[in-house]
Amino acid sequence: MAEFNSTKLEDFSGVWVFCEQRQGKLQPTVLELLGEGRKLANDLNTELCGLLLGKDVDGIAKELGAYGADKVYVADDALLETYTTDAYAKVICDIVADKKPEIMLIAATNIGRDLGPRCAARLHTGLTADCTHLDVDVDKYADFLREASTLPAAQIDALNRADRNLKMTRPAFGGHLMATIICPRFRPQIATVRPGVFKKGEYDEAKGNAVAVEKIAVSLSEADLETKVLEVVKEAKELVDLAGADVVVSVGRGISKDVAAGIKIAEDLAAELGGVVGGSRAATDAGWLTADHQVGQTGKTVHPRLYIALGISGAIQHKAGMQDSECIIAVNKADSAPIFDVADYGICGDLFKVGPMLLDAFKAAKAGK
Amino acid sequence: MKAIVCVKQVPDTSGKVAVNPDGTLNRASMQTITNPDDLNAVEAALQLKDATGCKVVVVTMGPPPAEGMLRELLAMGADEAVLVSSREFGGSDTYATSQILAAAINKIGIEDEDIVLCGRQAIDGDTAQVGSQIAEKLEIPQVSYAADFKIEGGKVTVKRMLEDGYMTIQTSTPCLLTCIKELNAPRYMSLSGIMDCYAKPLSVYDYNTLKDDPLIEPDTIGLKGSPTNIFKSFTPPQKGKGKMLEGADKATCESLAAELLTKHII
Repeated sequence: MAEFNSTKLEDFSGVWVFCEQRQGKLQPTVLELLGEGRKLANDLNTELCGLLLGKDVDGIAKELGAYGADKVYVADDALLETYTTDAYAKVICDIVADKKPEIMLIAATNIGRDLGPRCAARLHTGLTADCTHLDVDVDKYADFLREASTLPAAQIDALNRADRNLKMTRPAFGGHLMATIICPRFRPQIATVRPGVFKKGEYDEAKGNAVAVEKIAVSLSEADLETKVLEVVKEAKELVDLAGADVVVSVGRGISKDVAAGIKIAEDLAAELGGVVGGSRAATDAGWLTADHQVGQTGKTVHPRLYIALGISGAIQHKAGMQDSECIIAVNKADSAPIFDVADYGICGDLFKVGPMLLDAFKAAKAGK
Repeated sequence: MKAIVCVKQVPDTSGKVAVNPDGTLNRASMQTITNPDDLNAVEAALQLKDATGCKVVVVTMGPPPAEGMLRELLAMGADEAVLVSSREFGGSDTYATSQILAAAINKIGIEDEDIVLCGRQAIDGDTAQVGSQIAEKLEIPQVSYAADFKIEGGKVTVKRMLEDGYMTIQTSTPCLLTCIKELNAPRYMSLSGIMDCYAKPLSVYDYNTLKDDPLIEPDTIGLKGSPTNIFKSFTPPQKGKGKMLEGADKATCESLAAELLTKHII
C-alpha cells in the first residue's frame, strides 16, 4: 500500500485562498473567495490565509487583509511574474506540504483550473471542480439543502452533526443534477470555485493594516520550467462585466431573423436600465455575440436584480447561469418555452415588437416617477 | 512520433435528460456521444498524421460498449484504439481515473517525440481535471485550453486561451495539451474509414494488463482509491413559476413597468 503524507488529518489546519494575479493585478474573483473563505474559517475557528505568488506583489497583501485574510503568504520571484503550471505548482505544493492547510480554495478561472488538478494530483488529495456552494458546518449545510434541494426532510435531519468535512456542492450533467462532494481521507480539501457565485465581504481598512505577511523562500530555477511563456496578449476588446451587472438583457436564437435589430433592442434596454447585454450559448456559438457575453453553465453565472431574456428558449444549461436572478422577465414566441418555468413575468410574443414596447414603458414609468 | 488521444463517451446532456426519483441520472434513457472537446483533440491528432504520417492512438476508459465509440474514431482515421475497462476501475474520481489512464499511456508507450491530447473537459462532469492530472502522473508538461498549436523539431508552440486574451507558450515533447473547440472543426468518418475500422487493432486493457505499473495500487484506483466521494446528489427544486402576462401589447408592458417600479426593480 502506498503511503501518503496527506492522511494525518489532524496535522492540517487553516483555510487558504490562492490569490490569483495577472500582470500584478489581483483577479476580482479572489475577493469573493476571501469572503467565502472567511465564513469557513470562522465556522472552523481557524485562520484564513491568502497565498500570493508573483513578482513585486507585496502591495496586494493589505487588500487581501481588508477583505478577510488574517495572514498572507507571499512568494516573490521573477520566475513567478507570469503564471506557468510548472513554477506555480512547485511553489504551492512545497508550501502546502510544509504548512498543511486543511482547505484550499482556487478560483475556477482558466488558470485556476489548470493549476488545481496538477497540485491535487501531486499532493495526493481530492479536488472538486467549479463549486457553487461550500459548507463545513452541518446545520448550515442542512439549511442549504432544505432551500436548494428536493431531498426528503428525514434525510437532511439524519446528517451527522459532528461532520467537519468540507461539503463542496457543484452542478453536474449540465446543471440537471447537483452533487455534494467530500474528500474525507486526505488534506487539504481543495476546491475550484466558480467566479461570480460568492459575495465579497466588506472592505475593512483596519484589518488590512493589521494583516500578517510572511514571505516564503522560493527555490526555483529556469530548469524547473518546462513551459515558457513567450507572450501574453490581452484582447483589445472591452470585456463585458456580466457577473457584476445589476441588470442583464440577454438574447438567444429568437433574434435569428434579424440579428442586428435583435441586439440593438437588447442594447437599448440595457442602456436604459443601466445594464449589460448577455446571450445564450446559441447566440455566442453563432458568433452574434463574443464568448464573454455567454450566460449559462459553460458561460457566466449571473444574479442581477433584473434579468430580461429575449428569444431564449431556456435550455437547462442557460437556466443554470441565471435562475438565481432576483427578477426574471422572459419574452418568447412559444408559450411552452422552458424559460417561462423560471420567469417571474412571462410575455408570450415577438421580441421584435415587445422589446421596443418594454423600452418605451420603462422610459415612461421612470419619467413619471 | 505518435499522438495519443484520450477520449470519453458521455451522455448527451444537450438533449432531454432523465433523472431517477432518487436523484441519480437515468443513463439508460440517454443517448451517448463522444465528448465534444475530445473530438477536437482527435481532429488535431489526425491533422498531425496528415502532415507528418505519425501514428494516432485513441484511448478511453469506460464500460465495454465504449468500443463502439472507439470504432467510430478509427473510422475517422485513428490507427489504433485502446479500451481501458475493468471492474476494479469502476467508481474512479478524476484522481483515480488519471492514475489509470497514465498507466495505460505508459503501456502504450510514450517516447520523446510523442504528444498526448485530451479534450478540455467532458460535458457530463465538467471538471477539466483529468488532462492535467494525467500530465502530472506522467511527469510531462501540460498546456491547457489549446486554441492552436504547432510542433517543430520537438518544440511545441501553443496558443493558450485566457478569459481576457491568450498566452503563447512554448514547451517540448513529450507533453500533454487539452484542446478546445476553437482549435479545429472535427472531420466526419469517411466511407472507406468505416469499411476499415473493424480491421484496425483495438486492445482491451484490464486490471491485470496494468497492475504492474507503479501507478496502479488498490488505494489509488476505483471507488476505494478515489480521494473524493459523492456525499449527496440531488435535483434542485424548480423555481416557482411566475405569472404569464395576458397579451403582448403596450398595456401589458406599461403595467409591468409600473409593477417593477413599485418593487424598485427598475
